[in-house]
Amino acid sequence: MLHVLRQIAKTGIVSERAPAPADEMRVAARLQDEILRILGRALAIRQVDAGSCNGCELEIHALGNPYYNIEGLGIRFVASPRHADMLLVTGPVSKHMAIALKRTFEATPDPKLVVAVGDCGCTGGIFGESYATLGRVANVIPVDVEVPGCPPTPTALLQGILAALKK
Amino acid sequence: MNVAPLGIAAATLPSGVRAQRCPVSSGQLITACRLAWEQGGQLVALWASDDRDRERGFCLRVLLKDADGLTLLEHTLPDEGARYPDLATIFPAANRMQRAAFDLTGVQCDADDQRPWLWQAAWPIDRFPLRRDFEASPKWEPGQEDYPFVRVAGDGVHEIPVGPVHAGIIEPGHFRFQVVGEKVLRLEERLGYAHKGIEKRFESLSLLEGGRLAGRISGDSTVAYAWAYAQALEAMAEASVPPRAAALRALCLERERVANHLGDLGYLGNDGGFAFGLAQFSRLREDVLRLNREAFGHRLLMDIVVPGGAARDIASDAVGAMRTQCAALKREVRVLRDIYDEHAGLQDRFRTCGHVGRELALQLGLTGFAARACGVAEDLRADFPPPPYDALAVRRATRTEGDVAARVAVRFDETLESLRLIEVILGALPDGEVSAPPSPIPAFRLALGSVEGWRGPVTIALESGPDATIRRCHASDPSWRNWPVLEHAVIGNIVPDFPLINKSFNLSYSGHDL
Repeated sequence: MLHVLRQIAKTGIVSERAPAPADEMRVAARLQDEILRILGRALAIRQVDAGSCNGCELEIHALGNPYYNIEGLGIRFVASPRHADMLLVTGPVSKHMAIALKRTFEATPDPKLVVAVGDCGCTGGIFGESYATLGRVANVIPVDVEVPGCPPTPTALLQGILAALKK
Repeated sequence: MNVAPLGIAAATLPSGVRAQRCPVSSGQLITACRLAWEQGGQLVALWASDDRDRERGFCLRVLLKDADGLTLLEHTLPDEGARYPDLATIFPAANRMQRAAFDLTGVQCDADDQRPWLWQAAWPIDRFPLRRDFEASPKWEPGQEDYPFVRVAGDGVHEIPVGPVHAGIIEPGHFRFQVVGEKVLRLEERLGYAHKGIEKRFESLSLLEGGRLAGRISGDSTVAYAWAYAQALEAMAEASVPPRAAALRALCLERERVANHLGDLGYLGNDGGFAFGLAQFSRLREDVLRLNREAFGHRLLMDIVVPGGAARDIASDAVGAMRTQCAALKREVRVLRDIYDEHAGLQDRFRTCGHVGRELALQLGLTGFAARACGVAEDLRADFPPPPYDALAVRRATRTEGDVAARVAVRFDETLESLRLIEVILGALPDGEVSAPPSPIPAFRLALGSVEGWRGPVTIALESGPDATIRRCHASDPSWRNWPVLEHAVIGNIVPDFPLINKSFNLSYSGHDL
């Protein structure tokens, strides 16, 4: 226990300030100001890997590390779409995941924000559209914000998530 | 492998790891596999290709590995009606590979188990994407299949379906548990959700462009895949890589290993109820990724390893920073290891949990660090070291217990060993160019690349087409061999220990589903 406390004290607080929202990532403005004001920054996110290479997931995980400290901003990842305000979706959407993604979207209560993550989520990326993939997330469910990058950095992800909230 | 007893002629196969190729008849295929098994060999990969355009029917390829290196058995099937013998009777790992080979090429195995594996109704079941005459139709809507899971009957037995959308930030896959109370009687995996047609996509790219796609087969192993791909291409071109590029590749591969082990060690602590571990290790992982970006311009090191060498040199001021970081990381990892080792609650969760014995590991063909955690001491970096590993004398990390605790211990050992290797590489970084473009490659060459990634050996089999195109590229992830072992590792454990056991292996979905 002493070792744990010593390590915590030695590490100190490494959390950094959150970046400003990146308004240019917003592709649709579906939500009214009033709703966004109520949501504020107490946001519950359900992440859906709809067929990615796992690179985007690694960077989404990084949001939880002490540097980005996403929970310190009032944002948390939840286990069920029924508890979520936002879906954070990586792609390309494989045909085998299309039904699961649509069902996840349907299970999310209104108002639901959708952030498409990564070059593949935004455009289909290197995989494109094929016999096995439907390409970009917007081909399957409506998208509010697109965060490009292969994969996007945690900072870009935060900017995109905050852009979906800020109006 | 010595194929002389079979009376088969073997030829050398261009490969990063010593390899031979042998044409075999249907009967020889099964005797060769049996002989390989008796000689201590393992199945690495099995795939099929459509060569009807060259009037050679279909070609089934079976890649085996033993202490002598790789052996590629090549069996020609004259037409789509021809079948080949079930190799799962010798190597159980062949089962899913055979089913996947049918899903993609229609080449059928003479096995009882004819269930699809990668196919989940995204395309008509009688069309085969890797056939040369395959044409996708935009009219095909994703359908739903009714997969015949094996059910356990009896008083009090119930079923828990999990996925494909998981509760955490995880890749998609489906797990079907049969349980009594909290005890797992049986787990059946259903994968293929992340299938995005990677092998077909390769065939629309040039040989040089293929490296970028290889680096996106599994994002956590981007360096390993890009290197395996480059190795295959360079073997085909009979090109050698500048010494500085080889050193930079190893540097990237070891940093990838460190980053993945650090991340997983954090989550293993977290899944054992010790959130402190996640906070600490995820901080260290972030330090590694940030310095990756400073040194090479990319946090996960994507597109750094390219055919011919490295896409860029290391930033000049990053060498010193990396050395400083290595020293700091070693110190911190040792402190955290002591904390993990002394934490009674954590050790209670880790020890005896998710046990895999050495015998089972060998029977099922377990590979990578998970195999090293149950006494199977294989590591390509030590067994068949490509430059610069031939001068690094990699120390294999092994344990014999085969439980979560052993996999944690191996990950700690490998992290520290990788940090040592990084220091050695940085201390003797050769001068010179970082890239030498490979010479033009003739059509219809076949070559292999195989690299010990953090999870285990990743293998690329590359075949050239005319005009520097890719005719066929098969990628084989260690997860193909390890996923079935996970089904065994959870038997008799309680459901809440599944996340811990699963994370201790941390297998790839994308790398498997292709």
